[in-house]
Amino acid sequence: MQYASPVIAAGLTMIAGIALFGALGTDPFLALYTFFVMPLTSLYSIGELLIKATPLLLCALGLIVGFRGNVWNIGAEGQLTMGAIASGGLALAVYGQDGPWLLPLMLLAGALGGLAWAAIPALLKTRFNANEILVSLMLTYVAVQVLGHLVHGPWRSPEGFNFPETRTFGDWGQLPILLEGTRLHAGVFVALVVFLAIWLFLSQSFQGFKVTVAGQAPAAAAYAGFSNKSVIWLSLMISGAAAGLAGTVEVMGTIQQLQPVISPGYGFAAIIVAFLGRLHPVGVVLASLLMSLMYLGGESLQMSMNLPLAVTGVFQGLLLFFVLGSDVLVRYRIRFIRSHQSEPA
Amino acid sequence: MDGLDAAITILVGAIRAGTPLVFAALGELIAEKSGVLNLGVEGMMLVGAVVGFMATVATGSVYIGILASVAAGMLMALIFGILTLSLLTNQVATGLALTIFGVGLSAFLGIKYVGTPITGLKPLEIPFLTDIPVIGPLVFGHDLLIYFSFALFIGVAWFLYRSRAGLILRAVGESHDAAHALGYSVVGIRYLAVLFGGACAGLSGAYLSLVYTPQWAENMTAGRGWIALALVVFATWRPGRAMLGAYLFGGITIMGLHVQALGFEISSHLVATLPYLATIIVLAVISRDATKIRLNAPASLGRPFHPSA
Amino acid sequence: MRYQALRSFTQATNGNRLKVWSVRRFQSRTNIEGGRGLNGVMTPQLDLKEITKRYPGCLANDHVGLTVMPGEIHALLGENGAGKSTLVKIIYGVVKPDAGETWWNGAQVTIANPNTARALGIGMVFQHFNLFESLTVAENISLGIDPGHDLAKLTNEIGEISERYGLPINPHQHIHALSVGERQRVEIIRCLVQSPKLLIMDEPTSVLTPQEVEKLFETLRRLASEGCSILYISHKLDEIKTLCDTATVLRLGKVTAQCTPADETPKSLAEMMIGSALPVTKKPLDREIADDPLLELRSLDLPAADPLGTSLRDVTLTLNRGEVLGLAGVAGNGQKELLAAINGERLVPSNDILRLAGRDIGQDGPEQRRVLGLAFVPEERLGRGSVPEMSLAANTLLTWHHKGQVKNGFVDWAEVVREAGAIRETFDVRCPDVQVEAKSLSGGNLQKFIVGREILQEPEVLILGYPTWGVDVGAAAAIRQALLDLAASGAGVLIVSEDLDELFEMCDRIAVLAEGRLSPARRTGNTSVEELGLWMSGQFGPAGVSDAA
Repeated sequence: MQYASPVIAAGLTMIAGIALFGALGTDPFLALYTFFVMPLTSLYSIGELLIKATPLLLCALGLIVGFRGNVWNIGAEGQLTMGAIASGGLALAVYGQDGPWLLPLMLLAGALGGLAWAAIPALLKTRFNANEILVSLMLTYVAVQVLGHLVHGPWRSPEGFNFPETRTFGDWGQLPILLEGTRLHAGVFVALVVFLAIWLFLSQSFQGFKVTVAGQAPAAAAYAGFSNKSVIWLSLMISGAAAGLAGTVEVMGTIQQLQPVISPGYGFAAIIVAFLGRLHPVGVVLASLLMSLMYLGGESLQMSMNLPLAVTGVFQGLLLFFVLGSDVLVRYRIRFIRSHQSEPA
Repeated sequence: MDGLDAAITILVGAIRAGTPLVFAALGELIAEKSGVLNLGVEGMMLVGAVVGFMATVATGSVYIGILASVAAGMLMALIFGILTLSLLTNQVATGLALTIFGVGLSAFLGIKYVGTPITGLKPLEIPFLTDIPVIGPLVFGHDLLIYFSFALFIGVAWFLYRSRAGLILRAVGESHDAAHALGYSVVGIRYLAVLFGGACAGLSGAYLSLVYTPQWAENMTAGRGWIALALVVFATWRPGRAMLGAYLFGGITIMGLHVQALGFEISSHLVATLPYLATIIVLAVISRDATKIRLNAPASLGRPFHPSA
Repeated sequence: MRYQALRSFTQATNGNRLKVWSVRRFQSRTNIEGGRGLNGVMTPQLDLKEITKRYPGCLANDHVGLTVMPGEIHALLGENGAGKSTLVKIIYGVVKPDAGETWWNGAQVTIANPNTARALGIGMVFQHFNLFESLTVAENISLGIDPGHDLAKLTNEIGEISERYGLPINPHQHIHALSVGERQRVEIIRCLVQSPKLLIMDEPTSVLTPQEVEKLFETLRRLASEGCSILYISHKLDEIKTLCDTATVLRLGKVTAQCTPADETPKSLAEMMIGSALPVTKKPLDREIADDPLLELRSLDLPAADPLGTSLRDVTLTLNRGEVLGLAGVAGNGQKELLAAINGERLVPSNDILRLAGRDIGQDGPEQRRVLGLAFVPEERLGRGSVPEMSLAANTLLTWHHKGQVKNGFVDWAEVVREAGAIRETFDVRCPDVQVEAKSLSGGNLQKFIVGREILQEPEVLILGYPTWGVDVGAAAAIRQALLDLAASGAGVLIVSEDLDELFEMCDRIAVLAEGRLSPARRTGNTSVEELGLWMSGQFGPAGVSDAA
């Protein structure tokens, strides 16, 4: 029953899409086909689906830890950017002298970059009680500006004809391609490892249990002696590191250099993915694939039907509304049925 | 440029830059005072900005544009209200959804309007008065919306602390269960407060797209909705301090530009981070005093209300 | 019934009859005969007929009838969950009945909301006060009455009423600065400024000291003598016997009896209320407790963490092996703070202020203290003692994770489920299995689970906050017995409670917490309700000497 709401939400988004396309004067069914099906018709585009799902999944996996613990990190976009800056900076610093050691080191640097950026809201929250939502979001704007500064200024490629971008990373600064004829890179393995780790953490570890208790009943956590500060630190550091990895695989695999914009809002879309996946690792895998499809669908609409790319954003927002709304309806239905079955004393 | 002139230019600039924050923060303050945390300010502002811009292009009248912005902001707030107040969804998540939706919708609606020129709302030119040195530009040289923001501030302050309706609003935000038991319509009052917040956010968007930089650009609010949210905390839910804070942030934005104009070699990207860094610092300093927050924050802020209980 | 009511009405109103009579005639335009019918029978102030209210899965009120005469103090008696609260919420317009009629002063009415109720002349003092902490007394009272009044005039009126009825209060003070007793006065004054014809009091004495209770009864009697009817909701039998003219008894949503409390014994009242004799706990009489301190708190001074909380001042207590120690007092006098300090949610200033079995633990957190044998049952069952949306198994792990349940950071769920099952078996927790969510259990069942969870960990010391609050009689008796058994096995038990009857029944020694200070502890046999009541108002002088255990 609890798995019904994401399905209902996806269905409602589809219906809203038909209405929207109808209002725009486009054939709604052709548009829906272009949006949801066309991206799946070639091997190349299936590779693209996985490439885009990878950073979404990484960010969302981290976020669900925090959201379960009632720690609202909404700055995954900024942590992703910082991860990219940290790993990209390393690649640029050792440009021309790289070796196999660079690859794991960049992943580590990226994770640490995101972690450090998320440590700021954690510190301000635990030390000064500052709202982590606002701090993590403000830091996103800062991170994007810092990236802009770097690629326009000190890190700009000397051979780049003044374009705001860095050099392309050396061979060992790039993730290997997995499938001939696609851009699918080894970043999916990174996401897979993180997925297993988070799943194990949430379902089997005592720390994961503490996080869930802190989120559902803070007073019970205090009574049991689970430190709220450590929950805040833990969940922000996990989500920061995961988002940093997302930025890292994006620049190592997909972009292979730093540019002023490295993410089309993956960090924000991951919030939707987290809710759509019901804050569960397995759900998040499916949800990130759907969200990735929405990105591709937007692109394919733009190319073949000349519709604005921003359709994706509208769909994302609608989807989250519908998830939240149908979640509530489903929950109340369950409660209603239960209370009819059992007689409270 | 002599010192006095520079100071006046900066001050007037700070007021102009701060006005969108004044609108958005006052609106959110009323919503929060009723116990509703709406994190969708940024989204409501963006939709307000683009709809106002479209209406202005269509009708040629800035005033109709402003009204359209207000209506659009309220419509967005209504979505939030239905979800959080009637369907009892999580306020934090729904506010985020509203912002994500607003960002997408405004980009979608505004795609054909990027770069379209319009004539924005101009500052008033009152003969003689505007020409008085110092006082002229500071007091008489503003546009109509700035004067409206002053009036709105006075209205909000009076409403909250001098009217019975304001007392009821504060009571609902303090304890919705008690207010319900006394026979007040908690949900109805909160709808009104949320809609007021939406109207103000729409107005704030209108100020950006029709007055401050009369044009439409994707994501043009650039986080001001979030800064407004921080301002409400900064102000410990008091309108006077929210107003002051808004101008302070306006000033920080303007200062960055002036520092560059004075010939300092600072990356424009780094200058652009100033308001965000300032927000973080201010937030940390204010929130540090947990007692103050505890005594001023509406006690049922963000908590869903089940009327059946 | 009618005649009984009439008799008591005559008793209650006594000399004021004529006055009441004229007031009532003035009010009741709807009734052509005025207040009294041609045959001489009074018209009831409130008459409920066949009121029925069904909630999903439970019939809260089942064809309930209730008649309250003018100037009568009428008791509504019943145990937790009997449907008293639902019935008064229906009278006050907070809840709509599914069926039944409401007659007010001889005319049928529909009370759609509290505003209608207030317009009719119904006032209600809620058990959980409906006050706004950040607002002043006058503002709070203003919010509870119809608009169109002047706040300054209202302030004067508050002064007059508070003087006339012996309810001293400062109208300009903020609620958060008031004691619980003062808050109740605000609630009462809020009703009185509207000159009510019927005042509903929902369990008003649970938050008062015995002396305050006496004062309250004086106020209520005075009101009744002026013609105001009072509907008095309680489960305290002695109070009802002293105060009330008539009583309606509810059990499981049905009216089981209507009687004159003065003619009944507490035993007969209890039988009407719970349908059987009161369960008796077997307490070993006059036990000798050896002087063997398990838990020692030495001169604890602790400023309140919450600006609206109470600071603890010079609190010293000793709990011996095998002893049940009771801490009486009105909630809000530092109970929450003291419990948090003992549990370790709030650390005390230095390590040696708190000792457990001879070991300093003042700087240890709750988890370390639990390992050392200190267990705690908090006041709030849902949300603190348990996580509402987690299973009983997960809720077992909440406090029981230091005895092999967690290995290398991972949870051995099979082990946890086994222990949850043991709790369920041993303490008769009624639920299909241990995978049900905590919130699906009734209050008494959940409390048995939580107390059981702590006892099965075999603690040296068990601390409990309000252990039987809101628990049905059967579960309460089972919990009390389990605590006595635990003490008999050599553990120390510390009970914080507002219920003096409970403390006298259970404890070897009793102390009182008032305004953040702790009185000396007295042997139960050496003290009285009067002495404890005096102490509850803070009058126990400078540090006295406790009785030996």
